[in-house]
Amino acid sequence: MNRSPSVASAGLVLAAAVGVFGIAFGAGAVSAGASLWQACAMSLAVFTGASQFSAVSVVAAGGGTVAALGGATLLAARNGVYALAMSRLLADSALGTRLVAAQITIDESTAMATAAGHGPEARRAFWVTGIGVYVFWNLGTVIGALAGSAVDPGVFGLDAAFPAGFVAMLAPLMSQPAHRAAAIGGAAICLVAIPILPVGLPILCAAVAVVFGVRR
Amino acid sequence: MTWTLVIVLAVLAYTFKVTGMVLAAGRHLPPVIDRALSLIPAALIAALVVNDTLGSAGALTVDARAAGVGAAVVAAWRRAHLIVVIILGAAVTAAVRALGWLA
Repeated sequence: MNRSPSVASAGLVLAAAVGVFGIAFGAGAVSAGASLWQACAMSLAVFTGASQFSAVSVVAAGGGTVAALGGATLLAARNGVYALAMSRLLADSALGTRLVAAQITIDESTAMATAAGHGPEARRAFWVTGIGVYVFWNLGTVIGALAGSAVDPGVFGLDAAFPAGFVAMLAPLMSQPAHRAAAIGGAAICLVAIPILPVGLPILCAAVAVVFGVRR
Repeated sequence: MTWTLVIVLAVLAYTFKVTGMVLAAGRHLPPVIDRALSLIPAALIAALVVNDTLGSAGALTVDARAAGVGAAVVAAWRRAHLIVVIILGAAVTAAVRALGWLA
C-alpha cells in the first residue's frame, strides 16, 4: 500500500479495535447463557465476528439453536467468497498453509491484502492482519467472558472504525476502472438489498457486481 | 447457548472458508474468471461499508456512523494515512453520538 509506510502498524490498529469488540462479544455471550468455554470455543473455531454476534443476540432473545444458526450462517458465508479471491493470492502455498489461511480469511485480512496490491506485499498484509485480528479477537473474548461486564464499543465510535478503515483500503483501488465499477456496483446492490433481504445476504449478493468490472 | 450451536456454526463457518480456498486453487482458470475473482474484494468490501454505515437490523438508517464514515471518505480522498482515517471515523462518530446528533 503506497500510502501506508507500515502494513503491520495499520493491521495492529485494526486488531486492537477488534479486541474491544471481542470483549463485548465475550461479555454478551456469557450474559446470554454461554459458558466461558463456549464463548472461547466460538471465537477460536468460528472466528467470524458478525456471525458470532448474531448467534448470541438470537440466543439472548430466547431463540433456539436452529434460529440462531440461520442468521449466523448467512453472515459467515461471505468469507467463502473472500476465500475464492484469496486462494489466487496464495496459489503457490502448500495445502496445509492454505487450510490455516482459510481460518483467518475475513473482512479485515481480505481488505488489507487487496489494498496492498499483488504478490509478497499482499500476502504479508493478509497474514499480518489475519493473525493480529485472530489474537486480539480471542484475547478480547476471554477478557469479556471473565469480566462479564460489557463495554459498549459504540461509545468510542468503534462501530464506525471498520467501515472507515475499509474506505481507506478501497481508496487506492478506485483509480482502476474495473475495481471502481465493481465497488460502486457492490455498494449499490447492497443499498437496494438491505431493506429487502435478510441480514448477511445483501453483502453476498454484491458479489454479482464483479460483472460490471470484468468488462472494463 | 448449546454446544450444538457452537460446533455446527464452527463447522459451517470453516466449510465456507475452506471451500473457497481450495475450489479454484492450483487451477488454471480462463482469464475472465481470474479477473472476476480478483474483483470480489472490491465489490464485497464496498458493500460491507454500506452495510456497516447505513444498515441496522434489516433497515436503512442515517445515524452517527454516517457522519464518521463521511469524514473518513473525505480523509481517504485527501490521501490521509489508513490509521488516521480509522481514528477520524471513530472519533467523529463518537463525538456526534455523544452530542446526541443523528441519534
